[in-house]
Amino acid sequence: MSVTATSITKSFGRYTALDDVSLDVGKGKLVALLGPSGSGKTTLLRIIAGLEHADAGSGAIRFHGQDVTTQPAGERGVGFVFQHYALFRHMTVFENVAFGLRVRSRHQRPSSREIAERVESLLGLVQLDGLGRRFPSQLSGGQRQRVALARALAVEPKVLLLDEPFGALDAKVRKDLRRWLRRFHDEVQLTTLFVTHDQEEALEIADEVVIMNQARVEQVGTPQEVYDRPANPFVYQFLGNVNVLRDVTAWSETGPVLDNGRLAGDGLLYVRPHEIEVHLHQPGTAGVPAVLKHVHGAGSQVQLSLELLSTREPVEVELSRAEFLALSVRGNDPVLLRLRPTHALEQDYAI
Amino acid sequence: MASVATSLHSRRETAYAAPRATQDPVWVRWLLTGVALAFLGLFLLLPLAAVFAEALRKGLGAYFASFNDPDAFSAIKLTLTAAAISVPANLVFGVAASWAIAKFSFRGKSLLITLIDLPFAVSPVISGLIYVLVFGAQGWFGPWLSDHDIKIIFAVPGIVLATIFVTFPFVARELIPLMQAQGTDEEYAAISLGASGWQTFWRVTLPNAKWGLFYGVILCNARAMGEFGAVSVVSGHIRGETNTMPLHIEILYNEYNFVAAFAVASLLAVLALVTLVLKSLVEWKHHQTNAE
Repeated sequence: MSVTATSITKSFGRYTALDDVSLDVGKGKLVALLGPSGSGKTTLLRIIAGLEHADAGSGAIRFHGQDVTTQPAGERGVGFVFQHYALFRHMTVFENVAFGLRVRSRHQRPSSREIAERVESLLGLVQLDGLGRRFPSQLSGGQRQRVALARALAVEPKVLLLDEPFGALDAKVRKDLRRWLRRFHDEVQLTTLFVTHDQEEALEIADEVVIMNQARVEQVGTPQEVYDRPANPFVYQFLGNVNVLRDVTAWSETGPVLDNGRLAGDGLLYVRPHEIEVHLHQPGTAGVPAVLKHVHGAGSQVQLSLELLSTREPVEVELSRAEFLALSVRGNDPVLLRLRPTHALEQDYAI
Repeated sequence: MASVATSLHSRRETAYAAPRATQDPVWVRWLLTGVALAFLGLFLLLPLAAVFAEALRKGLGAYFASFNDPDAFSAIKLTLTAAAISVPANLVFGVAASWAIAKFSFRGKSLLITLIDLPFAVSPVISGLIYVLVFGAQGWFGPWLSDHDIKIIFAVPGIVLATIFVTFPFVARELIPLMQAQGTDEEYAAISLGASGWQTFWRVTLPNAKWGLFYGVILCNARAMGEFGAVSVVSGHIRGETNTMPLHIEILYNEYNFVAAFAVASLLAVLALVTLVLKSLVEWKHHQTNAE
């Protein structure tokens, strides 16, 4: 089922959480709402779920073309997974998952045997077989997350909404669980929208990323699109590291400055660390002169911190280990910097 | 599960060396402990022992004879009646008020919180006087009430009203912080799963707050049975009719009937002890469910 939000505005007192935001999520897609905290992404998710209501007269939420703006949350057919899971602490895992079925009116409620079968199969789906009798407090963070997911799925939602689904987990579990979510999504094919502030997470598993900032949508696109062709300086800076360079004239002599909107509307040059070449001083080599300040060698890439001689701007450069060794430079050595072409990946490379 | 956790926890604690701040000289430790125990004994245990000692001074026979008195019996009955009405009333009110305050935002919320605290701030005697001014013979509704032959002041309804007023904050005050700390996520989760507001309240909100609720009810009951000031003003001290246990004790004491006075007082003391035991049990149980 597709989800459409059209010109949604939401304010809390004087604070505007969403300013005329529109969004279109295709059927069966896994879409990330990505943005810094306070950008309005969670508010948008809650409005789609019906847990929050947009300002009167502002816009509409449609599921599969049908207007659900005034429908209460329980009737929209959404599964919502809360940031801190919001499991019912006084109920077992089994009862948590069964809740959505048990509260149905008598003629819609499955028999208790059907409920038990359904709950067991859901617990199997989220790989929690045999944990039905535990209480939420006896589970690890990752397990609670999956109980919350099973509980949301029990009511057979047509749309799945997840608020910072991995926010409260440690780094390792987080990585495993997000890959699991991707595989899970491919299995159940449910239109899924999740909120995150972690760009790596969004870029890794989403089909489409919606980047939000200060109550507005900045850019919508596939992970490759938004990373390789950022629409504006905010997106550039938010997705990965970027150098902001002032002296466009000097840099234009070293490489292409118009690649992929590097030269932004504000007259500054936005260049990612791996898009700068480092050369030794040699007669006849053009480049922007800089001094090497620090080298961070721990990792698959070598990170260099440099300072431009002319403007004293700091510049970060990423080289492969081989490139760095071939260069053989040390701290305080003078070097020349040149721009590389961006080598943006073609859009349809995605499998 | 919980006991395993506790024992692990205590083992871990003993593994650390005692912090510097707790390594005071022996005499300081004994002195401080001694002062605390002496204070406890003098102000709490001694009076409690005195109540039972005085009540039993002339033997068990005289002790039980004190209860074999229609006035004492009627005082006990009235106290139980007042508690039996005011505790459920404040239970319903307290749950409703704390639900509204903790889970919703609305205009006048802080005013409501202040009003709930009012009985704590006002002297019980004043609380009683308010009812005399409103419902008494010279009060606002006095003439109308006497025309219709309804007695509130110097009668059981007045005592119940005064008790309800004085015990008003107990349940709500216990529940509001608990419910606020639990937040509204679980309620939102229930609603997004299709539960109605009523189902959400009965299946999620109330079970989560049950230990706080028991605790509030226990305290509310203790106060309802022990209330003196407000009830004294509205009661009129009619023997066998409008005397509660605390009022009856005072009358007996003023008549130098010490054994009977302390015998009835010992009942209230037992009630206090039972309350304390229940309270500790509830706290322990609540702690355990939270720690799980």
